[in-house]
Amino acid sequence: MLTLGVESSCDDMAAAVVRDGRDVLSSRVESQIDLHQPYGGVVPELASRDHARTVSQVVKAALDEAGVAPPELDGVAVTAGPGLVGSLLVGLSFAKALAYRLGIPVVGVHHLEGHLASAELADPSLTPPYIGLVISGGHTALYRIEADGPARLLGETRDDAVGEAFDKVARVLGLPFPGGPAVSHAAESGDPDAIAFPRPLAAREGFDFSYSGLKTAVALEVEKRRAPLAETEVADIAASFEAAAIAPLVSRSRAALRAEGLRRIAVVGGVAANRRLRSELARVARTEGFEATFPPLDLCTDNAAMIAAAGATLLKRGEAHGLDLNSFSRVPIGATPWTSSAPD
Amino acid sequence: MRFDSPSPEATAAAARALADCLDAGGLILALVGPLGAGKTVFVKGLAEGLGIDPARVASPTFVIASEYPTRSTATGCLAHVDLFRIASGAELEATGFLDLLEPGAVLAVEWADRLPGVLPQDRLELRIDRSADAARPDARVLHGEALGPCARAVLERWQKALEGLGDPAGPARHSPP
Repeated sequence: MLTLGVESSCDDMAAAVVRDGRDVLSSRVESQIDLHQPYGGVVPELASRDHARTVSQVVKAALDEAGVAPPELDGVAVTAGPGLVGSLLVGLSFAKALAYRLGIPVVGVHHLEGHLASAELADPSLTPPYIGLVISGGHTALYRIEADGPARLLGETRDDAVGEAFDKVARVLGLPFPGGPAVSHAAESGDPDAIAFPRPLAAREGFDFSYSGLKTAVALEVEKRRAPLAETEVADIAASFEAAAIAPLVSRSRAALRAEGLRRIAVVGGVAANRRLRSELARVARTEGFEATFPPLDLCTDNAAMIAAAGATLLKRGEAHGLDLNSFSRVPIGATPWTSSAPD
Repeated sequence: MRFDSPSPEATAAAARALADCLDAGGLILALVGPLGAGKTVFVKGLAEGLGIDPARVASPTFVIASEYPTRSTATGCLAHVDLFRIASGAELEATGFLDLLEPGAVLAVEWADRLPGVLPQDRLELRIDRSADAARPDARVLHGEALGPCARAVLERWQKALEGLGDPAGPARHSPP
């Protein structure tokens, strides 16, 4: 089964062809930044988001690279949300038109289910049930991934996403965009214990996250010291912030694995590139006897292979959507409003 | 208009009170204030006052705009917009911003000072600043200014409602309709 994936939920336009939901025949991303730059999903230059101009070129490039002619396709999978509605609509409309022309089904995919599918694409030994940690500029959430049916949300951020916190702290510290790699780089020479930043919700039960208070505490700390900050001050603040930002990701992941009685966790999304997170989670995994999977960076950031893979699973289940399939800026997994529409 | 808020809870209570002052005219609310001032806290309170679960309202920085259907019969949708990542009016238009400017809509725009020219003139500008008192890191000062007749009517009602709130530290919880 050949599935075309189309993903345009944010600043990148991507298309991919995947066979049987597992083999990536091609995966193209049209982006201003290098695909392999960590945190690629957090691109601020919205002016680059000229999807309507690039969508047909990107899809054609993906088909050419896969050596697949459009009539050979069995289905089209497209990101229906969450994301920027204006961006989503470009990919969605193109996908619906192509599917209609070819007489094949189109299926709307939740962007985060796509990210979670990227973990299984990268590691075929990863099979549900397992815990999925989705961390990016727009998302911070823990899921229990089920073999049949949608993922179950265990907890999510109550305010800012962790990648957003990195970006905003970078701006406060005068570091460049994207904030993730910039803050991590500055943190390398800093002392993570220099400043005791608050760790909101740390004492609370459950699996929710909160990054707004931490962001505010960093802003107050910078204000207190008065600009310009010395390089060592920037390093210490960056290191202390990073420690406070990563700690709840590790502790909540461990707690979720315990509570659900599972031994595998997949970490996906742009922030999965963070080295401190990788080393701390690996350390905890060793002592507690679980396994943490991090997909390669080109699958961590936004791509269409993951959408095609997740869509192939849905199509195999017999799910398909009508031409009234719509896009949504914010929507939880499982409660996807676009799934109410039936094929025309 | 000025309101001294001792805590995020009191800021949210003031926002819930604002929701009660809205009518079919809706409102354009331009939120201004530094990082961590509590702009999203305010919008969560406003959402709760409009019958929306505040836990569903998260920062819109990444998606630029989030729309929430209200349970209020008086107003239209609540649109939560963030201009933090937006550099020009053309970029904002590309996100579908103009579609949000429906009659009766409640539009809460964070980082509104980044692009003041793109917003309708008849709006309520709300500035949230951290208190000058370093010993009270949770305290905020809210300054509201109406820039048009619709916003002025809302602001007058809100001012009266805030006086009625009494001790802002112990807000009367507003139950959604």
